[in-house]
Amino acid sequence: MSTLTKSTFVSGLFEALPNTFPSLRQMGKENFYVQGFPSLKDEEYKFTPIAKKLETSLTNFSSANPVIISAEQINKAVPAGFEGVVLAFSNGKYLPELSTSVEGLTVNFLSKNESTPIGSIAKAENDPFIALNQATFTDGLCISIEKKKEITLPILLLQFHQAKEGQVISPRIWIEAGDFAKASFIDYSISLDDAPYFVNKVVEIKGGIHTDLTYHSLQEENNQVIQVNALVTDIQQDSQFTSTQITLSGDLVRNNLTLNLLGSNAVGNMFGIYLLNGKTHVDNHTNVDHTFPHAESNELYKGILADQSRGVFNGKIFVRQAAQKTNAFQQNNNILLSEDAIINTKPQLEIWADDVKCSHGCTVGQLDEEALFYLQARGIDKTTARGLLLYAFAGEVLEKIELESLRTFITTKIQERLGSKF
Amino acid sequence: MLSIKNLHASIEGTPILRGINLEVKAGEVHAIMGPNGSGKSTLASVLAGREEYEVTEGEVLFQGKELLELSPEDRAREGVFLAFQYPIEIPGVSTTNFLRTALNQVREYRGLEPLDAVKFLSLMKEKMALVEIDQKLLSRSLNEGFSGGEKKRNEIFQMAMLEPVLSILDETDSGLDIDALRIVSNGVNKLKSENTATIVVTHYQRLLDYIVPDFVHVLYKGRIVKSGTKELALELEEKGYDWIKEEVDSTATV
Repeated sequence: MSTLTKSTFVSGLFEALPNTFPSLRQMGKENFYVQGFPSLKDEEYKFTPIAKKLETSLTNFSSANPVIISAEQINKAVPAGFEGVVLAFSNGKYLPELSTSVEGLTVNFLSKNESTPIGSIAKAENDPFIALNQATFTDGLCISIEKKKEITLPILLLQFHQAKEGQVISPRIWIEAGDFAKASFIDYSISLDDAPYFVNKVVEIKGGIHTDLTYHSLQEENNQVIQVNALVTDIQQDSQFTSTQITLSGDLVRNNLTLNLLGSNAVGNMFGIYLLNGKTHVDNHTNVDHTFPHAESNELYKGILADQSRGVFNGKIFVRQAAQKTNAFQQNNNILLSEDAIINTKPQLEIWADDVKCSHGCTVGQLDEEALFYLQARGIDKTTARGLLLYAFAGEVLEKIELESLRTFITTKIQERLGSKF
Repeated sequence: MLSIKNLHASIEGTPILRGINLEVKAGEVHAIMGPNGSGKSTLASVLAGREEYEVTEGEVLFQGKELLELSPEDRAREGVFLAFQYPIEIPGVSTTNFLRTALNQVREYRGLEPLDAVKFLSLMKEKMALVEIDQKLLSRSLNEGFSGGEKKRNEIFQMAMLEPVLSILDETDSGLDIDALRIVSNGVNKLKSENTATIVVTHYQRLLDYIVPDFVHVLYKGRIVKSGTKELALELEEKGYDWIKEEVDSTATV
């Protein structure tokens, strides 16, 4: 297999592994070598040449050590008006002295809590990047929400990244929420400089019954960064899980989102915006697995692509035979602002039950010239008019963000990028 | 105020306007009538700056400025307003939101301070009354799901807010029932002054019962072939356009 030989360039990563979770790491390593990095012949990575990118962009295939973060850097990174809990990380390593907490929330280093069943939701045998992370993660964090605890304050995971030698950062997060718990997370990753590195992150979320969990992810790293992010969650009966994925920059970003609906009345929401320019390449692969009757999934991803950017959207909906009365909706809309921008969008529905409601649709278009002229004819300059229309296009997803401070924060970023404020 | 001289325009190489001459003075109302495809809407679009049309000849002076040299937004800021025949629906943008942006850009161009939210709202309330439009409608996505009448009332509402010098109403009567026609016309009439002018583009005379023109021009095959007073509109109502077509076509063949 060509993929096997292709993977040897990462062998440096497996030297000097931490001594925690020894058998799990060994399994991760084996699973990685069995699968290897995906090639372009792999259907799931057809448009995203990740192995080639890694081989050519990274100079030093070893794990990046944490860098020192100051309280001032934290203050600068926290969105204005944000009121909530801050969990700070440096290259994946949790920084307790710079973090805050709230009643009902417990955090623990994974190295101090080896009974954490990591790998039980995000499975190394299905994904070489999960396998690689499982073998090499330096430490990680276990976040627990107490049963029946509704945490109203949002929990901000502030991830600082910096690897001057083009190294690998492997954050690992395990979140568990007891029955009837509620919490909202914001995963915000920030580059501390413009150097390249590779982030290979795995987040596993295990919710009890009747939980209500939201996970926002804001990706705004520098344009040399390569990322593969796996978010895998088990959603039990009567529970709701919402993922909001906002990607604004990066070199090559691959987001693998997997929602396992494991009970009746489970609801999974997947929302996303990708606003790309330059040569940024963003690939969102989502996967929702309906296994029980009377569950629901909603998906809406919107993309705005300028310059020579490239987007990939692949939305898989799997409805098993037992999952009668499933409602599954999927929508992906794109606006291409340049002739050199590319989007590959593909809905992928596999339905084995016969009494379901499933819909999907994708559109690729350009900016509406008629609408642009209408706004100009009212005295609005072209740049502002363009920004207004694009912002309105993205607005449908922004409206889904319930946290006002986060919505404002992202809205401002998007408006700045679209070249206008209104 | 507006002086159009020998205006020629084409779309994708096909000539539509073939030498329009028109003088409009402050305080006047001009009606442009004509059969379908005569170039009425093209004239309105060219004046507003729609990019698909290529001006191949002629000039347009608006208050002494070369109108055709200006971008669509600068024409609007100078005081030209086009009420669209088919107002655009824009999901996700409310009338209130976009109009505040528009008004403040227009004010900035005219050297005026921007209006704050409170002043903007009170101005809006005053102008809303003119066209009997509901505030709820204005906070919804622009024209999305609006009835034909609501869309046209929204156009006149925007006109009231932007206080143009020259208003061009492109078939504002199309898609209107009698009540809406009366409301829209009342709005237009209340906005008229001795310092402003109006060009009413219409296929039917009906609208001109409400918005009474000082001059009526008949456009045919891209030229103004006949001009007169409001009586000309009545004559057209009664006799249709065929006699004009015949008159023009017969002289053309001679």
